[in-house]
Amino acid sequence: MKVMTDPVKHPVPQPPPASPLALAGRAVPAQRQAGVQVTGAQSLIKSLEALDVEVVFGIPGGTILPAYDPLLDSTQVRHILVRHEQGGGHAATGYAQATGKVGVCMATSGPGATNLVTPIADAYMDSVPIVAITGQVVRNLIGTDGFQEADIVGITMPITKHSYLVTDPEDIPRVLAEAFHLASTGRPGPVLVDIPKDVLQADTLFNWPPRKELPGYKPTLHPHGKQVRQAAELLAAAARPVLYVGGGVLKAGATDELYELAEKSGAPVVTTLMARGAFPDSHPQHVGMPGMHGTVSAVYALQRSDLIVALGARFDDRVTGKLDSFAPDAKIVHVDIDPAEIGKNRHADVPIVGDAKAAIAQLVGYLGEDPAVEGRGTPRLAQWWAQLDDLRRRYPLGYDKPADGALAPQYVIQRIGEIAGPDALYTTGVGQHQMWAAQFISYENPGTFLNSGGAGTMGYAVPAAMGAKFGQPDKTVWAIDGDGCFQMTNQELATCAIEGIPVKIAVINNGNLGMVRQWQTLFYDKRYSNTNLGTHGTGTGRIPDFVKLAEALGCVGLRCETYEDVDDVINKAMEINDRPVVIDFIVGADAQVWPMVAAGTGNDEIMFARDVRPIFDEDAC
Amino acid sequence: MTTHTLSVLVENKPGVLARVAALFSRRGFNIDSLAVGETEQPGVSRITIVVNVDERPLEQVTKQLNKLVNVLKIVELEQSSSVQRELLLVKVRTDATTRSQVVEAADLFRARIVDVAPDSVIVEATGTADKLGALLRLLEPHGIKEMVQSGLVAVGRGSKAITTPALRSAA
Repeated sequence: MKVMTDPVKHPVPQPPPASPLALAGRAVPAQRQAGVQVTGAQSLIKSLEALDVEVVFGIPGGTILPAYDPLLDSTQVRHILVRHEQGGGHAATGYAQATGKVGVCMATSGPGATNLVTPIADAYMDSVPIVAITGQVVRNLIGTDGFQEADIVGITMPITKHSYLVTDPEDIPRVLAEAFHLASTGRPGPVLVDIPKDVLQADTLFNWPPRKELPGYKPTLHPHGKQVRQAAELLAAAARPVLYVGGGVLKAGATDELYELAEKSGAPVVTTLMARGAFPDSHPQHVGMPGMHGTVSAVYALQRSDLIVALGARFDDRVTGKLDSFAPDAKIVHVDIDPAEIGKNRHADVPIVGDAKAAIAQLVGYLGEDPAVEGRGTPRLAQWWAQLDDLRRRYPLGYDKPADGALAPQYVIQRIGEIAGPDALYTTGVGQHQMWAAQFISYENPGTFLNSGGAGTMGYAVPAAMGAKFGQPDKTVWAIDGDGCFQMTNQELATCAIEGIPVKIAVINNGNLGMVRQWQTLFYDKRYSNTNLGTHGTGTGRIPDFVKLAEALGCVGLRCETYEDVDDVINKAMEINDRPVVIDFIVGADAQVWPMVAAGTGNDEIMFARDVRPIFDEDAC
Repeated sequence: MTTHTLSVLVENKPGVLARVAALFSRRGFNIDSLAVGETEQPGVSRITIVVNVDERPLEQVTKQLNKLVNVLKIVELEQSSSVQRELLLVKVRTDATTRSQVVEAADLFRARIVDVAPDSVIVEATGTADKLGALLRLLEPHGIKEMVQSGLVAVGRGSKAITTPALRSAA
């Protein structure tokens, strides 16, 4: 298909010079020719500098090698040499989540690039702005199965927002500028830039700013006023409204607007796993996290609502449960910057495409004009709040301490949250410890809870904490990890120790792949197939011994096995700020995450605890 | 499920066809037919896709397509308000006694004979899938040795044209 593979056949026509549109934001041709003579690699580093990049997480290798030479001279861009490309990718994600800036990771071709696939998929699912730069084999080797060749553009096509294979060194500044623009605007996401080695080595001209060529990219930022007004009217009249808050509110930096909207409307707020911290947990209108392991009050609020106002949330299956029994009586107002999310899983009665910050601010404005809107105390919402308050009282989050005296993992996580406080940043892996960290730590500030929500990537915690700590060096950063997750990416602690990134790791060590084990307990008749990791000790002792492992990686290693020691060991870790700390918390293996909506069932079938279904009192009301 | 014809204007960039095709397979949609070619606008290609889906999934696939950075514009062409054509080349077994029947059948369908050999002819026909199907049924008894069909291409009726100012203003 010649037309598809021959982009130079039809050069893009030059516009008439008088056109103001054409003149805006583009360098005049005379300047373009007068660019600085550089190599492709220098052009790449200069572009990163021009884009205000302060850190790149990566590992050099054959094809990306040319880029590492000018990197050595850059006083602005610091390179963190990670131990595995996956660590670099998640570090970029953690950095982006903690700072709101674009995270950058770099790898060589072939296996270096394919090791980035998981963090790219992860960033795609959670809409995190990262740019992945990969080396590629020289141009005339592409397609020949050359040494360390992998079609990384093809491999990552379904998990990137966009991707580039740079074939002309002159394109490097434009491609980088476009990549950062794409990653950080509209619905954020990962962008891959693949650069052949000989393109990095070639002589070229560097010009900045380059002219972006993105005629097909026009994210809708400004919400439709009429739609917003309609949403405001519904919200002002609803008897059982809920603000269903997703990660998009954090991405849009719309938490102040959300606070105003909540106060003004008086509506209950639920924050999804991706939105923990977007609304203060301590606020009386916060009724919890919805979903598979959400609070009874949050699940019920959505389920019995007559108006769900979804803000930067995407009706994920972990939130809705069985879709056709989800919130049967609710009208839906759906605010999202990605039009494809609206109506994807649930029909939207009032679709609003746009930036959440702008949409929520407008919504607040319209509500302010309505005298019927009088906050939480309004009689219109009295019965709704009575129901929700009653559920909060009867079904609070809680846990039982194991009967055998073993340490309750929930207690450990709760104490970390209470001692480190709401100003600390928390990252997690994926599994039981992640859910407990979402449940038992109180989040008061945006951007303080970083986890892998959509992809569910085990091993996210340590490298993400590394990236977050680099981006927020003055904040305490705790990685709440499991013993399974920790063994997937703990090699990055060596990076942290050497590069001076003092993160704190709490390994919630239950000796098992805990969440899988919980499902085996509940759904597989306690047949524990391949979930015992041996980290509690086999005949030969703990394998691995996380304290020794921590010490081997240049960290302080601590262990805690009793309730009496929990506070002491956490306080001790809080005092160590010159290197990473790992605490091996030996906790009971049988603790479970509750409440739970079992996969494939409806939210009405939420279980408060094993064999305990909450009694909803709507019939009595 | 109903058949929909989508005209997708794309930037003529490497890999754009792969992105479009991969998106259909990833989101679980089958492409019935696909044709791609250059347009009157330099740098812009037009992909005509026929897809068999319900209304709601169609909206979803259209929105997902629109998110591809290289996609400039998507228009659904209704059968009643557009001209839709496929091209068929078919090699039919003939000899001196049956050749005239084949030629006659081709004539009835305003098809052309574009190659003649002692024991076969190649018929070239354009039209809708229905028309080409009818022609094939007529030719089948003679013996079809080989056939090849293009994807469907379509253009809206009337003077209005599907173009995109995007490339011109950005260039």
